[in-house]
Amino acid sequence: MFKVRVIPCLDVKDGRVVKGVNFVDLRDAGDPVEAAVAYDAAGADELCFLDITATHENRGTMLDVVRRTAEACFMPLTVGGGVRTIEDIKTLLRFGADKVSINSAAVSKREFVKQAAEKFGEQCIVVAIDAKRVKRGGGSDRWEIFTHGGRNSTGIDAIEYAQEVVSLGAGEILLTSMDRDGTRQGFDLPLTQAIADSVPVPVIASGGVGNLDHLVDGIRQGHATAVLAASIFHFGEFTIRQAKEHMVRAGLPMRLDP
Amino acid sequence: MTVAIVDYGSGNLHSAAKAFERASRSMEDPQKVIVTRDPDAVYRADRIVLPGVGAFADCRRGLDAVDGMLEAMTEAVRAKARPFFGICVGMQLMATRGKEHVTTDGFNWIEGDVEKISPREENLKIPHMGWNTLDLVREHPVLERLPLGPKGRHAYFVHSYHLNASNEADVLARAEYGGPVTAIVGKDTAIGTQFHPEKSQRFGLALISNFLKWKP
Repeated sequence: MFKVRVIPCLDVKDGRVVKGVNFVDLRDAGDPVEAAVAYDAAGADELCFLDITATHENRGTMLDVVRRTAEACFMPLTVGGGVRTIEDIKTLLRFGADKVSINSAAVSKREFVKQAAEKFGEQCIVVAIDAKRVKRGGGSDRWEIFTHGGRNSTGIDAIEYAQEVVSLGAGEILLTSMDRDGTRQGFDLPLTQAIADSVPVPVIASGGVGNLDHLVDGIRQGHATAVLAASIFHFGEFTIRQAKEHMVRAGLPMRLDP
Repeated sequence: MTVAIVDYGSGNLHSAAKAFERASRSMEDPQKVIVTRDPDAVYRADRIVLPGVGAFADCRRGLDAVDGMLEAMTEAVRAKARPFFGICVGMQLMATRGKEHVTTDGFNWIEGDVEKISPREENLKIPHMGWNTLDLVREHPVLERLPLGPKGRHAYFVHSYHLNASNEADVLARAEYGGPVTAIVGKDTAIGTQFHPEKSQRFGLALISNFLKWKP
């Protein structure tokens, strides 16, 4: 039976995990590779690295992290952050990423999604969508795409954008609600459902997880096929196993392999 | 003993190589894993692994671009009976034809076409991306001691097409995704998995170990 995926996401800056991971006794809580190994052992279904390194010069450190992770972990790895060119994707895949996540480069140039999917296959092209609810006249709110961590408005409708990038070859959508990110109030379920129901590819719900019921809601009500969370796992509040067992109790099909 | 992982420019050979190295290290008699685009090295190897990601036609083109590679593989597997492991599109290439976007010839080692999956339930997404259990169709040495079935272990899939084998005897295991999906094929000294054993954690490494121990 096909299972729902639980994906921990690590923000990595200059080769170090931002804020650190504190759920097991790591020799170095800031080493992304150690954190990845721990999540692999804990039964995470995939792992996501988001590179928030600001400077181009320091990007090489991320490649080293990807290479060392791929040597130590035999699980799917998605890497995002600063992916702008076909060469960026090629390099990440060569160093051991299985999927790459494209964000602002897809917003500024949709054609990039098509080129990437044609070159590497749709299965490894994830388009990350950061969406925010925008009030409009006449009470008709909608979600729009924002870039640069939610600071820059684009005026692009999130649902139409999702459909467009999928038609261009995105194999998966990583959907983050900028309204909910960091709030611990749960996913933006209407947004998640609206996107998930309008595209044929898997949608990963992200942004706002504060408890384990939120993960269940993302699948049940949001119609996502996978859920991504960061802080509830990194700070040891819940283990991957606890999250999955909670989801099993809620009736969701989960992988609990030892 | 040498395991040759065929390098023809298709995606992530790094993780396949690392998984085979890891599985090999845990054996009594470790085997040397090489990543190579040299047909002679492939011909001389004791075992051959053909990974593959992306589209069927692209992979076929990539393989054909390495002069003599297909001939070396075919000779080693068919005439010298070397064990062969196709992964994902590497497995699909074992079919008669691929029907992804355009019709492209495969190796015709496993009779059948590579066709788009079409899950019955509307809410099931394509690609089939994630973890699924496997249902045994036919016993095989590479499946020894692997817990299969609905309560068994999971394998990691990422694909939109699968090998629809003409002969049931060539299918070793299936997955269920709104209908049957061919998960493992096997014929003579060749096996292939639609899923990624190198991404399937302990289950994948156990399967790779079985392949490395297999003496057909």
